[in-house]
Amino acid sequence: MAKIIVVTSGKGGVGKTTSAAAIATGLALRGNKTVVIDFDVGLRNLDLIMGCERRVVYDLVNVIQGEAGLKQAMIRDKRSENLHILPASQTRDKDALTLEGVEKVLMDLSEEFDYIICDSPAGIERGAQLALYFADEAVVVTNPEVSSVRDSDRILGLLSSKSRRAEQGREPIKEHLLVTRYNPNRVDDGDMLNLDDIREILAIDLVGLIPESEAVLRASNQGVPVIHDDKSDAGQAYADTVSRLMGEDVPLRFQSVQKRGLIARMFGGGGRR
Amino acid sequence: MRLLDFLKGERKKSASVAKERLQIIVAHQRGHRGQPDYMPMLEQELLAVIRRYVKVDQDAINISLDSDNDCSVLELNVTLPNEGEAAKS
Repeated sequence: MAKIIVVTSGKGGVGKTTSAAAIATGLALRGNKTVVIDFDVGLRNLDLIMGCERRVVYDLVNVIQGEAGLKQAMIRDKRSENLHILPASQTRDKDALTLEGVEKVLMDLSEEFDYIICDSPAGIERGAQLALYFADEAVVVTNPEVSSVRDSDRILGLLSSKSRRAEQGREPIKEHLLVTRYNPNRVDDGDMLNLDDIREILAIDLVGLIPESEAVLRASNQGVPVIHDDKSDAGQAYADTVSRLMGEDVPLRFQSVQKRGLIARMFGGGGRR
Repeated sequence: MRLLDFLKGERKKSASVAKERLQIIVAHQRGHRGQPDYMPMLEQELLAVIRRYVKVDQDAINISLDSDNDCSVLELNVTLPNEGEAAKS
């Protein structure tokens, strides 16, 4: 049986797809058979972040409506043979997804894979609810910013009431906090919520801290999940996150300002790598 | 800039303002968690009925649903003007 993990946030633009792509890739690189599903029907983007946009033939909606098989719709990742991508449809709207259809797809994938990563759309409407309904665990992506934290709390409410586990009275979904776009400089200046504040307000376990990083845009430009950039701070932070998801105890990095040596400052340019 | 801030006196850092605001709003959101979907609608309609007879503010009504084991209690608190006393029903 696969473990189903939803990557969700409520608010848009906080790094859900970036995180889903990085986490799925990381799990696959660690030897787990992994599939990542784009639930953002109508506005698919995971294919771009994964760099497989030109290989999309069929999508999730085609599979649910019986127009294509799972094997036809899934795209094998170029870089990791353990990783598959199931893209979202771009032409249909999100009403094309049905609860029964999603359940069937997840059950079929469950037999073949170790991890199923569901990349949720923004919002708290039907699409987001479907993405989280069958989850065993949830990664709640949060920026250190008021609207993102509030929306994350709303999503936590949905996870604890509108999921299958909640409705069946089973053990609740395991909730993980993933803080992204963290800027220790601004935290030090007192102009950004610090990690402890966010943890205190949302009161869930932290699974990772991703610093604001130039590597993320570079990665999405190239269609290579940022976790492949193992020299970058964000890539390393996602690798740590994946280890924690797999149950390992890894110390937290990138929480404070990285001191750069004189030489690095002279020759390294302005950016942190 | 920072020296200027210092000279102007201690200014509250924006992050701590953010934290305080979030603590209040999240506590409020959690109060509504787990209640049935019809509650906001019920609250509005009840308020509309009360307003037909008494002039009360939008925020003068407080409604909550508590459940203990096999018993659910719908509590409605309306603050009436003038007398300033709360009517419970």
